[in-house]
Amino acid sequence: MIEPAAPPPPPPRASLSPILPRVAWRVATVAEVIQETSTTRTLVLDVPGWPGHRAGQHVDIRLTADDGYQAERSYSIASPPEGSHLALTIEYLEDGEVSSYLCGELRVGDRFELRGPIGGYFVWDVNAGAPLLLVAGGSGIVPLMAMLRHRAAALPDLAARRALPARLLYSSRKWDHIINRDELAMLVSNDPALEVTYTITREPPPGWTGFRRRIDRMMLAEFAWPPAERPHIFVCGPTPLVERVATAFVELGHDPALVKTERFGPTGAGA
Amino acid sequence: MALISRGFRGRRRAGGSADRLPPGQYETKDFPVLSAGPTPRTPLNQWTFTIRGVDAKTARWSWDEFKALPRTSMTTDIHCVTKWSKFDTRWEGVSIDTLLAEAAKRGVEPAPFTMAACDGGYLTNVPLADLVGGKAMVGYIYEGAPLDPEHGGPARLLVPHLYFWKSAKWVRELRFIERDLPGFWEALGYHIYGDPWREQRYSGDA
Repeated sequence: MIEPAAPPPPPPRASLSPILPRVAWRVATVAEVIQETSTTRTLVLDVPGWPGHRAGQHVDIRLTADDGYQAERSYSIASPPEGSHLALTIEYLEDGEVSSYLCGELRVGDRFELRGPIGGYFVWDVNAGAPLLLVAGGSGIVPLMAMLRHRAAALPDLAARRALPARLLYSSRKWDHIINRDELAMLVSNDPALEVTYTITREPPPGWTGFRRRIDRMMLAEFAWPPAERPHIFVCGPTPLVERVATAFVELGHDPALVKTERFGPTGAGA
Repeated sequence: MALISRGFRGRRRAGGSADRLPPGQYETKDFPVLSAGPTPRTPLNQWTFTIRGVDAKTARWSWDEFKALPRTSMTTDIHCVTKWSKFDTRWEGVSIDTLLAEAAKRGVEPAPFTMAACDGGYLTNVPLADLVGGKAMVGYIYEGAPLDPEHGGPARLLVPHLYFWKSAKWVRELRFIERDLPGFWEALGYHIYGDPWREQRYSGDA
C-alpha cells in the first residue's frame, strides 16, 4: 500500500475554532467622569494595552476591597472603536453593589481592573452594508451609542452616510432620563440619514407631541424600514421591552437572524 | 496581588452562601433572561426532540412521546457567565441517561462529544461525560410550571455544573460528534468548556 505523499488535511477544528487571545485583566484609570443624567455617569478611562473593540461589545469590571473581597460585573462600551479613550456609561442601581460604587465613590484618578472586549455577536460596523435600526430602552442606549458614534466617525461624508442610513427609537420614562440627548441632537443635525425618535412613557415634557406609550408593534411598523430592506436590527434594554420588541419585529416579517438582542435587569412584567 | 479599588467595600453576604458562589459570581433572586435574538415559538404539535448519531441514525420523539418518558427532577444552583447565580432552582424533565438509553435501543451509538442544536439556530458543545450519570436533563418544567418561552420553553438542556449558556434554550437536537467543536458562543470568544468553579468564562481562561 502506498502512503499518500501530500500532508493530511488539517482537522476540521482548525477552521472552525479561531485561535482567540486570552482576555487579560488590565488596569483602568479614571481620566474623566461625566454626569449624564441624575442616575447615569460616563467613565472615561485610560486602559494601557487596550486591544481595541467593535461597537456593541462589553467589558468585565472587577473591584477589590482592601480585605480582598471582590465583585465582578459586565458593562457595555459607550465609546466607538475610533475613540482615544475607552468610555463606559453606567446606570446607578439602588441595590447595585458595583454600580453604586462606580456612580458614587469613584473619582478621577481611581483605578480598577477591567478586561475585554467581550461578545462578538451584538456588534455592528460600517461594513455591514445595510440600514441600521436601533431600539433602546433606558440605559440600553449605551452599546447603541457606540454604534452611532462609530458610524459618525467612520463615515465623515454625507454620501456615505446616506448609503448607510440609521434610525434610533429610544424609550425613556421621562425626558430628563434620556441619556446622551444633546449629543444625539447634534448627531442628527449633522446627518440627514440619521433619525432619532423618542417615546416618553411616564412623564412627557409640556407640549410633547411625540410618542408617549411603550413601544408596540404599530409604533415599530411606523418607525422601521420594511423587512424587504433587510435592516440590521439591534435591541437593547430591560427584558420585557426586548422581548416585546424582538417578537414584534418577527411578527412584522423581519428575518429573526437580523434581530440581535441584549437584555439586562430582572425578568417579569412592568417596565 | 489584586489591585485595591479605593473606597470599595461591597456587600458581604451573610451566612454561608459565599461557599456556593463560584469566583466572580453574585447571587440573584430574579431569573434574568439572556439570549442573542428573538424568542422562537415552535408550536408543540410541530416540536420534536432528536438524538443524532455520527452515522446520522436518529431517535426522535414528538412532544407527547417526550412527555411520556420517565420524568426526573433536580434542585440545583445555576451560574450564568454574565455573573449572576441563582440558588435552589427546581427543574423537571427527562434525564439524558434516559434519552441515551432509549436512543441506544433504536441503534443510535454515542460519541465522546455532543452539539446541542436549537430553534433559532443556537448551538453549544458539551462533552458526553458532562451529560451522563444524572448530571443533565432536557427540562420542561421549572418551579412546578411549564417552562416559559423566554427561559427556553418548551424545553431546554440543563447542565447546571457548567455556565448556563451550555444549558441551551429551545433545544431540539443532541448531535454526537467525534471531536469537540465550538458552538455559537464558543466560536465568539467564550470558553470551550465553561466550568464556573474554574472561572472559565472566555477563550484562554485556564
